Amino acid sequence: MLEAHGIRVALGRREILHSVDLRAAPGALSCIVGPNGSGKTTLLRALTGDARHDGTVSINGRDTARLRAWELAALRGVLPQAATLAFPFTVTEVVRIGLRAGDAGEHAEIAAAALGRVGLAGYAERSYQELSGGEQQRVQLARVLAQVWEPVTEDGPRWLFLDEPVSSLDIGHQIEVMQVARDFADAGGGVIAVMHDLNLSAMFGDRMLCLSEGRIIAEGAPGEVMTDATLSRAYRCRVRVNAVPGEAASFILPHMAQAD
Amino acid sequence: MAVASDLGRGMRHGDRLARARALHAVFAALLAAVSLTSLGIGATGLTLGDVLGALSGAHALEEIERVVLYDIRLPRLLTGIAVGAALAVSGALLQGLFRNPLADPGIIGVSAGAGLGAITVIVLGGSVALIPSGAYAVPVAAFLGAWGVTFGLYRVSTRGGRTSVATMLLAGIAVAALAAALAGVFIFMADDQQLRDLTFWNLGSLAGASWVKLAASGPAIALAIVAACTLGPALNALALGEATAAHVGFEVERVKTLAILSVALGTGAAVAVSGGIGFVGIVVPHLLRLATGPDHRALLVNSALCGAALLVAADTAARVIVAPAELPIGILTAILGAPVFLWILLRRRGLVDL
Repeated sequence: MLEAHGIRVALGRREILHSVDLRAAPGALSCIVGPNGSGKTTLLRALTGDARHDGTVSINGRDTARLRAWELAALRGVLPQAATLAFPFTVTEVVRIGLRAGDAGEHAEIAAAALGRVGLAGYAERSYQELSGGEQQRVQLARVLAQVWEPVTEDGPRWLFLDEPVSSLDIGHQIEVMQVARDFADAGGGVIAVMHDLNLSAMFGDRMLCLSEGRIIAEGAPGEVMTDATLSRAYRCRVRVNAVPGEAASFILPHMAQAD
Repeated sequence: MAVASDLGRGMRHGDRLARARALHAVFAALLAAVSLTSLGIGATGLTLGDVLGALSGAHALEEIERVVLYDIRLPRLLTGIAVGAALAVSGALLQGLFRNPLADPGIIGVSAGAGLGAITVIVLGGSVALIPSGAYAVPVAAFLGAWGVTFGLYRVSTRGGRTSVATMLLAGIAVAALAAALAGVFIFMADDQQLRDLTFWNLGSLAGASWVKLAASGPAIALAIVAACTLGPALNALALGEATAAHVGFEVERVKTLAILSVALGTGAAVAVSGGIGFVGIVVPHLLRLATGPDHRALLVNSALCGAALLVAADTAARVIVAPAELPIGILTAILGAPVFLWILLRRRGLVDL
């Protein structure tokens, strides 16, 4: 279980997050949605300990502020929104940075398997810096997957924190990457993803949290959060939520939205 | 099946660590060969054959030859090895820390800070209260100067986990200018003997090597290199940024502190014995990265070996080119290194996003 209580984050004098409480269960894919500037990424950065914050975060019952970096690394992987690389590493060498111990043969297999998982099996020896933005994003995901390769260990479930994992991907790779997150959750791990795309969140997510102006204004199953009232309030434009008969996932179409 | 064999080949080629590690032995052999050559070349008539004979016990040396070999050439050789290794490893460490291949102890002002510390002790040591003098005071002061500059530059040029290359280079220029100005004040105050010592700093040379100076600087350099070589995995992770390095399990603040201390110790001790020898720290790691990839686990060790070999070779050349006089070695390394620096800059202009 991941639990956060009273998360407040201030940048300078402005408070970005106002005492956010959050619970997420392992075995589920939880999507944090909300408009630009609502504090989605800041919330994720607070959960991963990157942003200075008030309040507490615990993973599997352990207060993350009291864990050492290597203990946390064994517990969760973090995919940042964008990562630059200073030196000309190959794709394999980047993925292996996720494998801390380094040299053993089984690790090499995990690196190759992780690359295959994100659809980059033939890219092992390519130079990372020569890849497209979307390919780099998937290499980073492979690195994170390699770090927490087994979704559940004897120490309990492991966690993936994904900051807009599909933001620079085409539709085919968006679905591929969301399926990776889905499979990680189905295997017993926990996934927290910051998402721009409401439809993908509704399709793949088990839970949805909608942030607006630093507060969670709705949370629950995607169908409960994806309502005309909630989304129109959060995104400040009139939207119409639709549902395919017989299918669970709700969706919205930009065609049906009107600016306020 | 084709895919499987493709994968297997990719893994071998995609990971260059094994090949880089295999080169440790090659570079060690290179260093040994260069070192022997260096012992056999000099202003007196002591040849490589004599040296090999003496080392194997087959050939007895005359008194004067013993002095040349054991009290002049040997300490000079060992100093060259220590200084070259220290400068190259410091360069590789700084580049990993600043996440940029243009960082170098000479270019960003770390050597200038070390030089200022050393000059302060040379001129004021023993005559001004609280400033000591002596063989150990110079390296300690150089270490403090190098530490102050490295720490200050990192603080100035890093905001929110991102290090600005432009800030680093420009702040380095300002620091070097300030250090040069302060050094000018001390040169103005210095007496004749001190002036001779100070001139030696500016040019950079191994000619002043002695067992006493080596005893003061050698252990510090050895400690710095050993500490540096433990940082390889952490520097690899740091290449992805401070946040990611923490996410994969490194105590980033501790790593940064250790890297800065190690750079200060290595550069400080190197500058204390040899003055301002530039560009070794940029040329060696850069060429090694081209040859074997940027994995710091192998890069740091290879940098130490190749830096030592390069400096010993340059020192030997400096003694031969205008024999029986000798060129200051700093001139040779600058002639070699400055074009490499320009080459890196022009090939990857995006590095300096001014």
